[in-house]
Amino acid sequence: MAHTLARQLAHGFADPVHEGQAVFRAAMEALSRPGRIRPLAIALTPPAPLTPELAALALALTDADTPVWLDAPLREEPAVAGFLRFHTGAPIVASPGQAAFALIADPAGCPAFTEFAQGTPAYPDASATLILAVETLSDADGPAFAGPGIRGTMRLDAGPLPADWASRWAANQAGFPLGVDLLLVAAGRLAGLPRSARPAAPEATPCT
Amino acid sequence: MNAQVQIQVTASPGTGYNFAYLDEGTKRMIRRAILKAIAIPGYQVPFAAREMPMPYGWGTGGVQVTAAILGSSDVLKVIDQGADDTTNAVSIRRFFTATAGIATTTRTAEATVIQTRHRIPEAPLAEGQVLVYQVPIPEPLRFLEPRETETRQLHALAEYGLMHVKLYEDIARHGHIATTYAYPVEVAGRYVMDPSPTPKFDNPKMDDCPALQLFGAGREKRIYAIPPYTRVRSLDFEDHPFRVQSFDRPCALCGAEDVYLDEVVLDDAGGRMFVCSDTDHCETRRADGHTGEAA
Repeated sequence: MAHTLARQLAHGFADPVHEGQAVFRAAMEALSRPGRIRPLAIALTPPAPLTPELAALALALTDADTPVWLDAPLREEPAVAGFLRFHTGAPIVASPGQAAFALIADPAGCPAFTEFAQGTPAYPDASATLILAVETLSDADGPAFAGPGIRGTMRLDAGPLPADWASRWAANQAGFPLGVDLLLVAAGRLAGLPRSARPAAPEATPCT
Repeated sequence: MNAQVQIQVTASPGTGYNFAYLDEGTKRMIRRAILKAIAIPGYQVPFAAREMPMPYGWGTGGVQVTAAILGSSDVLKVIDQGADDTTNAVSIRRFFTATAGIATTTRTAEATVIQTRHRIPEAPLAEGQVLVYQVPIPEPLRFLEPRETETRQLHALAEYGLMHVKLYEDIARHGHIATTYAYPVEVAGRYVMDPSPTPKFDNPKMDDCPALQLFGAGREKRIYAIPPYTRVRSLDFEDHPFRVQSFDRPCALCGAEDVYLDEVVLDDAGGRMFVCSDTDHCETRRADGHTGEAA
């Protein structure tokens, strides 16, 4: 019995203290410099479709204090919730509005940003952080962004994303200081898009 | 059933403490607050500050932020009023050497994390660096409106008229804006923020800074942030523009001009000299051959 369990449960961080710190620092750098892609080296093999990057951010940032919402593909595989519950203790919630963190394996099917906690005018920090596992992540093309953390403008392209992605983000940003923050992860890489990053014309003059 | 169990030692050898003193749950809570603070520049994020093995007022907020971000490859510099060799700076540096086993430095350019009380280094900061401020009173409106419920509403409504009245009263009474430290700033065009009791001389260094700036207030349980390359504007009036202090003499030891100077009393007969408040900047200049009148 013990052996069966051991085979079923994927490992968490081998060194929770330093790996957790490294993943957090990558997330901190990503949100401080929106659009800049940084490496995220992970030695995890979580149950699919939970990607190693999604798992690493969940292990580093969530615990019993942070309700986590899983999108449909992650919900359909019971081993994903089992992995997260065992290693983080985070409650898995059914409604996006209750979540502090949302793990999204199918970003094209991501619910409207407004379904997630936006924070309140007095407490804008009481808002959700969405972690999306995308397939492609590039800073060479795509829509341009300006704002805090960006010198001039920065481009960030990710895919697949919802068809109305640009208008969704514009609406999310227009609600500042309310809104959600995004962490976009691809294989071995990470980029951040905080609510402060506003859409910009690519050739626009620096305006921070 | 004789599987070998390997226990990973993550604490600093010999101390028994977890790496960087705080437990992992506390670090995660602080880290989440830091991420929200970065996403909402200048907004004060409440956090469950812990009691630290040092009194409030000695940098418990800054120490918790530093402990939450610190990694084993970081190089830490700690300054107190610009100096690396004062009690607060020495004890915090020793605290992290003992509990995290990390390298420390007094050289601004070599540090990856700089914890500061009341100064920003004179040497320009770079992209890879994080500046952590110790903050006593994070709420810029606190002495104008004591109720937290009210100041929170004022921030929610971006209603900062009170602060302009305060600066105006300075002008009415003194003929100029007499606020010289903790001079209020507006971050990214939205939140008015207390830059901690740094001299207003340092305010321009916060604007468009390549380094990430994090602020921790332990007793008041608030964390806030200025991301890199963010507009930080010191509040002022068209006819009374913001101006920094100027000094009518250079540093007595290194001859530096355009730096912030401390007054040092030399004897009981009125003797005094003015020297760089930033000890690393002064030492670097003297090593480069610059000398002042007293050197």
